[in-house]
Amino acid sequence: MGAGHGHVLYRESDSPVHRLPPEVKIVAMVVFTIAVVATPRTAFWAFGAYAVLVAVVAALARVGPRWLLSRALIELPFVVFAVALPFLGSGDRVEVLGLRLSEDGLHGAWNILAKGTLGVLASLLLAATTTTRDLIVGLDRLHCPQVFTQIATFMLRYLDVLVGEARRMRVARISRGDDPRFLWQLRGFAAGIGALFLRAFERGERVYLAMLSRGYTGRMPAAWQSEGAATTGQWLVAATVPVVAASIAATAVVLS
Amino acid sequence: METLAMHISNGIIDGPVAAIFAALALAALTVCVLRGRRDLDDRLAPMAGLVAAFIFAVQMLNFPIFTAGVSGHLLGGALAAILVGPWVGALCVAVVLVVQALIFGDGGVAMLGLNITNMALLGTAAAYVLIAVLLRVLPRTRAGLAVTAFVAATLSVVVASQGFVLEYWLGGTTDLGNNLTGLAGTMAGVHLLIGIGEGLITATTVLTVAKVRPDLVYALRSLRTPAAPAVPVAGGAR
Repeated sequence: MGAGHGHVLYRESDSPVHRLPPEVKIVAMVVFTIAVVATPRTAFWAFGAYAVLVAVVAALARVGPRWLLSRALIELPFVVFAVALPFLGSGDRVEVLGLRLSEDGLHGAWNILAKGTLGVLASLLLAATTTTRDLIVGLDRLHCPQVFTQIATFMLRYLDVLVGEARRMRVARISRGDDPRFLWQLRGFAAGIGALFLRAFERGERVYLAMLSRGYTGRMPAAWQSEGAATTGQWLVAATVPVVAASIAATAVVLS
Repeated sequence: METLAMHISNGIIDGPVAAIFAALALAALTVCVLRGRRDLDDRLAPMAGLVAAFIFAVQMLNFPIFTAGVSGHLLGGALAAILVGPWVGALCVAVVLVVQALIFGDGGVAMLGLNITNMALLGTAAAYVLIAVLLRVLPRTRAGLAVTAFVAATLSVVVASQGFVLEYWLGGTTDLGNNLTGLAGTMAGVHLLIGIGEGLITATTVLTVAKVRPDLVYALRSLRTPAAPAVPVAGGAR
């Protein structure tokens, strides 16, 4: 396959998690996240249990904790809001380290931090064990509309085209005596952004026409050849994670 | 605080409200798929893919806004609406959001309905309404097109940010009391700045495309007079 090099997050390996069909992993990940979000925020033990579950899957997928945690920093800007909540929230105030903080706000901050982190870890595990091409095949097998998977396929394909064109234009600028450094290249970039778009489109159009002439009809062969589609056994194996997560959530709801 | 509006992460809005918006987003996207299928021809298919890739790349660039201590990024709804139309445009932004949520953990999976409502539906719809009105009112010149793209992009970002305020009011997990108006004000102000950046990028991109390949700009299709007879590519015998 002429797969691109856009698999920044994919970790080549042959673990049991890697071998699972993509559609199974997508469903498991979505159900797991919904179970986490549905858990009452004061059920602290439940979040510990979810973390253990994530750690077990990561170990099975041979994804190291260091890789996982450093990539999880992506959520940092999203939790800035969480830090502000204890100061903004209303209701009862509690004294923490000499600061009068809103109790509701503290709980809210914990809620965002715990649920956000678990969600990010779950999607990182999916990304580490599934190539982007397989992800689209999985969505297709889950009966995602074809218009949708088609746009997604082209998006992932054209990302490489776009990055490649941007690099070529930058080399062209430098070879004509431009000296791009940090912020100063922004001006050159802004001036060239329309040209970049057109160049990428014309390349992308050629890619598309080449695909059409080779028999492309809107779906990738891997999707309509049912080869490699999930078996009942694989569904059952992958169901363990969401089922455990759902029972933890149910217990937490009942107990609270 | 700002990045929130763009990508709401898990746990910020409570479950029931997230579920309602997920149903709403699903219904709206179904309409988009049905209408978009008609639009998606051999010329629009690669364009839709490229617009989605462009939005994906552009959403990774963050604008730091020092005064507010936050950073935000572009949305791309207006660009999509101008180049591929409202239906396929909303789908493009939705595709970007789904892929980001599934594999990058950018915005919670459980909050996908909220994120799609704000960025893909509200943003694109507001942009397209503005485009449709402004293209009829303004002179059909390059400047008219540039102003249209700029205004539509700027305001669509502000509208999308207010979608978050509405959702927070309905189902925020922490009661902010009277601070909600403050939240609305901060969001609008910060997003006006981001919107100006978005407007400039959208206007330059659309102008270049309209100059070289006007046939690719969806918003100009309905306004154009019947195409002039094509110039033969290869010279035949005269």
